[in-house]
Amino acid sequence: MEKRVTFKGWMLPLLLVAPQVVISAVFFFYPAGQAIWQSLFIPDPFGLSMEYVGLGNFEYLFGNRYYLASFVTTALFSTLVTLTSMIPALFLAVMADRLIKGAGTYRTLLIWPYAVAPAVAGVLWLFMFNTRVGVVAWYLGRLGYDWNHVLNETEAMGLVVVASSWGRISYNFLFFFAALQAVPKSVIEAAAIDGAHFWRRFFTIVLPLISPTTFFLLVVNVVYAFFETFGVIHTITSGGPQQATTILVYKVYADGFVGQDLGSSAAQSVVLLVVVGLLTVLQFRFVERRVHY
Amino acid sequence: MTATHDIGPGPAQPSGRRAAEPPPGMVERRGASLWLTHALLILGVLVVFFPIWLAFVASTVTQPEIARPPMPLWPGDRFFENYREALLSGVNVPVATMLLNSLVMAIGIAVGKIVISLLSAFAIVYFRFPGRTFFFWTIFLTLMLPVEVRIVPTYEVVAGFGMLNSYSGLIFPLIASATATFLFRQFFLTIPDELAEAARVDGAKPMRFFWDIVLPMSRTNIAALFVILFIYGWNQYLWPLLITTDPSMNTIVMGIKQMFPSGDDIAEWPVIMATSILAMIPPVIVVVSMQKLFIRGLVDSEK
Repeated sequence: MEKRVTFKGWMLPLLLVAPQVVISAVFFFYPAGQAIWQSLFIPDPFGLSMEYVGLGNFEYLFGNRYYLASFVTTALFSTLVTLTSMIPALFLAVMADRLIKGAGTYRTLLIWPYAVAPAVAGVLWLFMFNTRVGVVAWYLGRLGYDWNHVLNETEAMGLVVVASSWGRISYNFLFFFAALQAVPKSVIEAAAIDGAHFWRRFFTIVLPLISPTTFFLLVVNVVYAFFETFGVIHTITSGGPQQATTILVYKVYADGFVGQDLGSSAAQSVVLLVVVGLLTVLQFRFVERRVHY
Repeated sequence: MTATHDIGPGPAQPSGRRAAEPPPGMVERRGASLWLTHALLILGVLVVFFPIWLAFVASTVTQPEIARPPMPLWPGDRFFENYREALLSGVNVPVATMLLNSLVMAIGIAVGKIVISLLSAFAIVYFRFPGRTFFFWTIFLTLMLPVEVRIVPTYEVVAGFGMLNSYSGLIFPLIASATATFLFRQFFLTIPDELAEAARVDGAKPMRFFWDIVLPMSRTNIAALFVILFIYGWNQYLWPLLITTDPSMNTIVMGIKQMFPSGDDIAEWPVIMATSILAMIPPVIVVVSMQKLFIRGLVDSEK
């Protein structure tokens, strides 16, 4: 889409785009280029010279057991986060949609956690499940279950998944609720006249009708789980135990800043660039479809 | 965003629909079923709220009360002491300092991003100039690539400029993204051409048109975007963690983790939890008080 009416001149528009272009160039394109460039080299131990290794860093990465494990961890983590944040949100939205009065109040109450930073959410959940003082961990102990996410890999994963999903429930709830409100009531009533019960109507009519929203949320939540959950993992498990919760973004940080393995970290950045690219394409293709739906 | 379905006459209006509805029809819920719905929703709210409640309780009791589990589930009487201690002395640095840093960072990111995006979107929509398409795609490429992915090189750039431990280092790398530009571009395209035409006929300069027409018309979009960007900036974690090595430059969201002792010492839970509560108050106030704008911004920025 283009404007018919435009202003003349080219100095002014160049000046106007300049701030954004300069900032993007300095803090975005240059670093991204550097990541690609550095991924082709291995610095010597003193950081004085760089040895060109071609795709060596990538070959090393994809032959590395820990890196491949991190892929699996990320896939598992993002699947679990997406499900754990979407299913309760959909359920709550369906409940709120059944109300004629009061739905707004529940919405106000439920959007709160969205505002809580992932890192703060991590601290809150860590506090509840802390092996020494955590209330939930203590009550679990009373029930005979010995909770210890510091040592147990499954429990660690479970905890970071729940802590990451918690705030997302608000977000998903908002979108599901808006989608449900937009389902034409006449269709629902027609089905009700035909004798379809509430859950039957839900699965055969409502769910297909809100599927654009569902797909959209699937993509957005996967992106969230990939890239925005660093704070949760860093505060709760620091990637442990035995790297059981080291997702890809955490590994870039751990190898680059803690391990100082710059070549590998740069190569990982490039892999993530590709992943983001694919997810973006997916999102845009989907958004396009959604517009025409 | 709510999709407009191709069923029924015209798109359903989410807000207007219920109001225009005849008296409760056959699919409305009454009696026991209604109570069950409320009960389930209240249960959901309680479960969602539990972590916040627990944090609040922990911020009002003494350290020994927490150290001997189970901790109480009802607030104690140490509210003022704990919050005063957190705000004025904290663990490494007073929490008041971290709050100020977070505020500067969040507002800086929101305002900075809105300003550069308004300008570049205006240029791209209202001008034909050499390199326009190139710039458009350049900006487009930055869409959705989070700083988390390019942390090491970006860190080097910021360090090279001597911007570690500074507000500009906290702010600038995070405003290099195109979401806001696209939002404004979409909106500018909906401004009737007649307005620009009239301005041109009247001999108004482009910037005059920008100030007098475009900016006032964009007010709601700007406000909605501000809400979203403020929360985005406030909740940043990894970037401040990397570039603020000086505790007095820590933001509150990343500073909480720094309050945990390394090694086997017991954490100062009441102070840490008071800090957590303080860290969520500003974004929660923004979200709840500007709920309409917030939802609008959320929906717009994801389109």
